[in-house]
Amino acid sequence: MTAKQQFKEGLITNNPVLVQQIGMCATMAITTSMFNGIGMGLSVLIILTCCNVVISAIRKIIPNEIRLAIFVVVIAGFVTIVDLVLQAFIPALSESLGVFIPLIVVNCIIIGRAEAFCQKNPVGLAFRDGIFQGLGYTAVLVIMCLIREFLGKGSFGGGLLNTIDGVIGTGNGVQIFPSEFGASILTLPVGGFITLGCILAAMNYALRKSEEKKEARERAEKEGK
Amino acid sequence: MLTSLLSISLGAILINNFIFSQFLGICPFLGCSNKMDTAAGMGLAVIFVMGLASALCWMINEWILMPLDLGFMQTVAYILVIASLVQFIEMFLKKSVPSLYSALGIYLPLITTNCAVLGVVLLNTQNSYNFIESVVYGITGGIGFLVAICLLASVREKIEFADYPKAFEGFAIALVTGGLLSLAFMGFSGMKIF
Repeated sequence: MTAKQQFKEGLITNNPVLVQQIGMCATMAITTSMFNGIGMGLSVLIILTCCNVVISAIRKIIPNEIRLAIFVVVIAGFVTIVDLVLQAFIPALSESLGVFIPLIVVNCIIIGRAEAFCQKNPVGLAFRDGIFQGLGYTAVLVIMCLIREFLGKGSFGGGLLNTIDGVIGTGNGVQIFPSEFGASILTLPVGGFITLGCILAAMNYALRKSEEKKEARERAEKEGK
Repeated sequence: MLTSLLSISLGAILINNFIFSQFLGICPFLGCSNKMDTAAGMGLAVIFVMGLASALCWMINEWILMPLDLGFMQTVAYILVIASLVQFIEMFLKKSVPSLYSALGIYLPLITTNCAVLGVVLLNTQNSYNFIESVVYGITGGIGFLVAICLLASVREKIEFADYPKAFEGFAIALVTGGLLSLAFMGFSGMKIF
């Protein structure tokens, strides 16, 4: 499998959230500001890549019966490392993500990739898979943040741009239109459900359209011959 | 004491429902809500595991991790406790209550990766609940999950016959439905008890 194929799989055709439909809890819960979204996405990317590499490296010596327990321990170890690092260096992020950082342990994306991919593939492929799947996850988070922030509060890049006194993680970002005009429902839990539902539907629609087009092209080629 | 327990339980079931306002346990909420009976089975299993996990993890945290100053090992310890607890329950049910085992069968192992279970344990520690409060929070959180998943399942059974855009098939329509349910539950937010 080439890097390009893996890239396309991670971001579009086998996107963890939109196509595999796993790891939704955090996707909905923390996408209220761009700072949270990017922070969470990068944390998952790092943990996923590390876990993928380790699990793929030890895949031949793991007994099949207790593989899930071993996966969970490896994942929990890396999650703890990232949790402590964030607490020490980016306390604002650690505070606003709260319980969702330790909950990466039970994020189905990581255990799912371990089970479906790293068990059967060498370290190099697993490393790339971790990066691209992590990127795919981050991309979904960023899209969710963009929609919920813009339509909900009329702002862009909360916590990253236009911060209060240059402290990262503060402020609402760049105000594009006054926040009174925003549909504040999108910033509430309801907005998480509905935004993700609509993005999933859009993705379904796009995938189906591209498939139909492909079929039509194949049919045309056949008839041409 | 009693009033604090009451406010914890009402909070866990209605005001801060695990699904609708805290987004914990969304995967099984969507995955197992196709039919009413599977939803109810999953919900009952979750109540059971969440109650037991809260009790066990409280003991582990208070009696082992805290005295040894190993607070940073919480996540690892908790997930191991939950995984082995689920494994034990599975073996126990298989031996002694086979009927319940076959009813819950496939859902039991799935509970290990249910973030509501790990979430409730972590929240117990974060809110520094005592033993009884932890257990009550675990069980009522599970009841909140049961209420949510049964509501969604009953709506989804009807939606199957409805005429909605084809792109929304599967999880997408379930998510939008869940959003509307969560909107209804928002009516409880801001409610202050005692």
